[in-house]
Amino acid sequence: MAMSEMPLLSWLLIIPLIGALFILFQPNDSEIGKRNARLVAFFVTIVNFVVSLALWAGFDETTADFQFVEHMPWIGNNIAYHLGVDGISVLFVILTTFIMPFCIVASWNSVEKRVKEYMVAFLVLETLMIGVFVSLDIFLFYIFFEAVLIPMFLIIGIWGGPRRIYASYKLFLYTLLGSVLMLVAVLYMYNVADTSSIPELMTYYFNADVQTWLWLAFFASFAVKMPMWPVHTWLPDAHVEAPTAGSVILAGVLLKMGGYGFLRFSLPMFPIASHELAWLIFALSLIAVVYTSLIALAQEDMKKLIAYSSVAHMGFVTIGIFAFNVQGIEGAIYQMLSHGIVSGALFLCVGVVYDRLHTREISRYGGLVNNMPLYARVFMIMMLASVGLPGTSGFVGEFLVFVGVYEASSTVAFIALSGVILGAAYMLYLYRRIVFGELDKDDTAKMKDMDPRERLMFAPLVVMVFWMGVYPPTFLNSMEVSVENLIERFNSRVEQHAQSVGAGE
Amino acid sequence: MNMTSVPNLIPVLPEIILALGAMAWLMLGVIKRDSDTTGVVSTLSIATLLGALVAVVMVTDGDQTVVTMNGMFIMDPFASFIKVLILVGAAATLMVARPFMTMHHLNRFEFPAMVLLATLGMLMMVSSNDFLSLYMGLELQSLSLYVLAAFSRDRARSTEAGLKYFVLGALSSGTLLYGISLIYGFSGNIEYSVVATLGEGDAPIGLVIGLVFVLAGLSFKISAVPFHMWTPDVYEGAPTPVSAFFAAAPKVAAFALLMRVLFDSFPSLGDEWRQIVILMSVLSMFIGAFVALMQTNLKRLMAYSSIGHVGYALLGVAAGTSEGVQGVLVYLAIYLTMSLGAFAVILNLRHKDGITEEIADLAGLMKTRPGLAICMGIFMFSLAGIPPMAGFMGKLYVFMAAVDAGLITLAVIGVVTSVVGAVYYLRIVKVMFMDDPKLDFVETDGRAASMVLTVSAVFNSPVFWIVASPILAWAGWAAASLVG
Repeated sequence: MAMSEMPLLSWLLIIPLIGALFILFQPNDSEIGKRNARLVAFFVTIVNFVVSLALWAGFDETTADFQFVEHMPWIGNNIAYHLGVDGISVLFVILTTFIMPFCIVASWNSVEKRVKEYMVAFLVLETLMIGVFVSLDIFLFYIFFEAVLIPMFLIIGIWGGPRRIYASYKLFLYTLLGSVLMLVAVLYMYNVADTSSIPELMTYYFNADVQTWLWLAFFASFAVKMPMWPVHTWLPDAHVEAPTAGSVILAGVLLKMGGYGFLRFSLPMFPIASHELAWLIFALSLIAVVYTSLIALAQEDMKKLIAYSSVAHMGFVTIGIFAFNVQGIEGAIYQMLSHGIVSGALFLCVGVVYDRLHTREISRYGGLVNNMPLYARVFMIMMLASVGLPGTSGFVGEFLVFVGVYEASSTVAFIALSGVILGAAYMLYLYRRIVFGELDKDDTAKMKDMDPRERLMFAPLVVMVFWMGVYPPTFLNSMEVSVENLIERFNSRVEQHAQSVGAGE
Repeated sequence: MNMTSVPNLIPVLPEIILALGAMAWLMLGVIKRDSDTTGVVSTLSIATLLGALVAVVMVTDGDQTVVTMNGMFIMDPFASFIKVLILVGAAATLMVARPFMTMHHLNRFEFPAMVLLATLGMLMMVSSNDFLSLYMGLELQSLSLYVLAAFSRDRARSTEAGLKYFVLGALSSGTLLYGISLIYGFSGNIEYSVVATLGEGDAPIGLVIGLVFVLAGLSFKISAVPFHMWTPDVYEGAPTPVSAFFAAAPKVAAFALLMRVLFDSFPSLGDEWRQIVILMSVLSMFIGAFVALMQTNLKRLMAYSSIGHVGYALLGVAAGTSEGVQGVLVYLAIYLTMSLGAFAVILNLRHKDGITEEIADLAGLMKTRPGLAICMGIFMFSLAGIPPMAGFMGKLYVFMAAVDAGLITLAVIGVVTSVVGAVYYLRIVKVMFMDDPKLDFVETDGRAASMVLTVSAVFNSPVFWIVASPILAWAGWAAASLVG
């Protein structure tokens, strides 16, 4: 059977569930049970990653059509089991499967209680996240999109820090409120267009007035998920309280669902509203870029600082998406992929020292370069990638975004650029406080450098950061045709509308 | 003798089985007054309910609508769907009730017999085709329920609950009867289909007023706001198995009756009754969501939760379409299992010194009774309507119908209140999974009870989506028979 005929996407969804089921039947909380749970979870996520690589290998980069499509009628004539990937979603699937093994390895020693349930939650989460990116039925998408909240709520609430309850509630309720508004919009679209198939909805022409309302409803959901200022406040809390792996998955994949949503729904389905409301996105994104960067500068908690930097970075992403040109959108997607890896790696870096000293307070560290030289190097690479140094993955995304935005509006580009400078400021400041300076605290001085497990964990991430920074075509080629197609359709819709409005006057 | 004067008794078979069963087991209990009679009566009652269930399936004849008993009794796919739900709900209640009743020395044979009689009343309500059979069915049900609420007659709370329910219930029956008398006075008939023809064109004002009174009376039975006052007190005061019963079968029956009356006898007054239903729906969603936030008692919480759920289901009625009714039916089917399951968990919360009903006492249930905690977790997420649990599908279809009927504002209010509702469902999940254990819970016996618990948990879990399609199709078929 040819690669493109195998139901690879279904396998990607099923494999983690099989693993979860297997772990559930392990003996309870004995040492063997714990070890088995970790090993099985690791093995399953690796297998899923390999399957996703097969998906990428079989992916045809010359077409913007959905590939690996699976379609089955499911519930009544409303909901279909309809899967498929195009150039925009395929890379997010790979990102998800790539990040997952790191989450498992990062929790190897740090999660000691209820290991079984923890691994099950992560594997279920993987299925749901992949489901979000591969659903081609809008109801199916919604089910996955909202279901992600349940494992995330439990992961933060059970294995999180001291204020975990508050953080998990906030995450759940913020996101839920956003997505239920989207649900009403979805129902309306289904009612008007009489189809729940995403490809068909992308070609359906919604009335211009209605588009604004629908756009706002979807915006409510994606802006919270992204998160955009001013609905970002759940993110720092969630990050601070989540276990390391929870932060990694949150920054690495969950935030990308918002950006993916804009690209999959807002732009193609409501082009006119997107065009008209781009100013709103620009305004909120610019505030996010500048304001959250300033906040990051003042943070005393490592995780909180990185969380605020995520909000700022996501601001670049939304600016890029709403520049409505190929560079901007490709830059936005690239930035999301890069941020997924880099911020994930930064949270892992925090995890490394947190596991040793059990504090995230920046002032408790300092001078780590003396006793943890290897750690200092890895941390530096990730920190510079986050700043967007040329040669690292962060640069490519930011550069493309700015090329795109400059075309759309030079003012926006100018203000956003100041965010890059601030970004360099808070990241370097963080690095100085943790890695350089006197090694004058006894407990800090006693910390050992990274063990083999940690080295092994960071190696692929470092490779990816440089690969994405030095040879972007590997990734850009996959998305190019789909993004061009998206822009073409978008422009023709907007022009059509402009003409019809002009003719009406 | 004219042979046609003997009505066609085939469609009434389930009711006949129940009536004969109830009387027979009651007599058995009276005659054999020893302690193990209760167990026998209870088992026989469950068997009777299941027998009636088989009979319902047997007498359902395709899409056929059969009217019998001189136009007083109707049997159609709609009635069949609801009857299956009611019988399943009643049988499951009896199954989960037994360990509790035994422990609290309440295992008297009257309990299963009263449940059978109440169920009989419900089936009559669902199949009523004129206002007389409506009232008969409703009263048979209500009187049995009054007794059940006060079943723990040595406890002041329980007798208070029974009395409160009785007084308010009698008031609502009075309202209902007054409405019926107005309708009769202005239409000269009590058969739904005849009243329906009168509503066409310029409906007499008396008919409209009668409609409002009837609606108010029925709203009391489904505990829609502002006729909900009795619910929390009765749920809290009544013995827990009785509360479980209240939350399930009677609610489904009253809902079916409400839809039957509105769609069969007032189809052309749709604009009039839709306003009222919309108002009740919004109020119920609000009260159900916000007041529940402050509850500390699980049973009171479930009462407010049920009020909220009535609000969502009323959304489907307000849509006034066949899709709306389909949504309501799906909703009721799922709600029945969620609420029964949640009560089955509450019935299982037994520690050394007794039984608890406080939310705070659930602390650390995941450590002491993991199976129970996981089941309750599934029910809570399902009640909150979070996908991929079954409860989401119920909400999805009523919201879909509401949007389809242009009630977008109503749908928005619905989803926003559902977020508020999520807060208190999450609180229970939080207490169970994230807090440290407080009480030592002990294993409870009763295989039937744990079977009900397991089945309903599996039904509400994502496994539900495998059976979702046939349930939806079945509900669609039932809805089509009500709204042509």
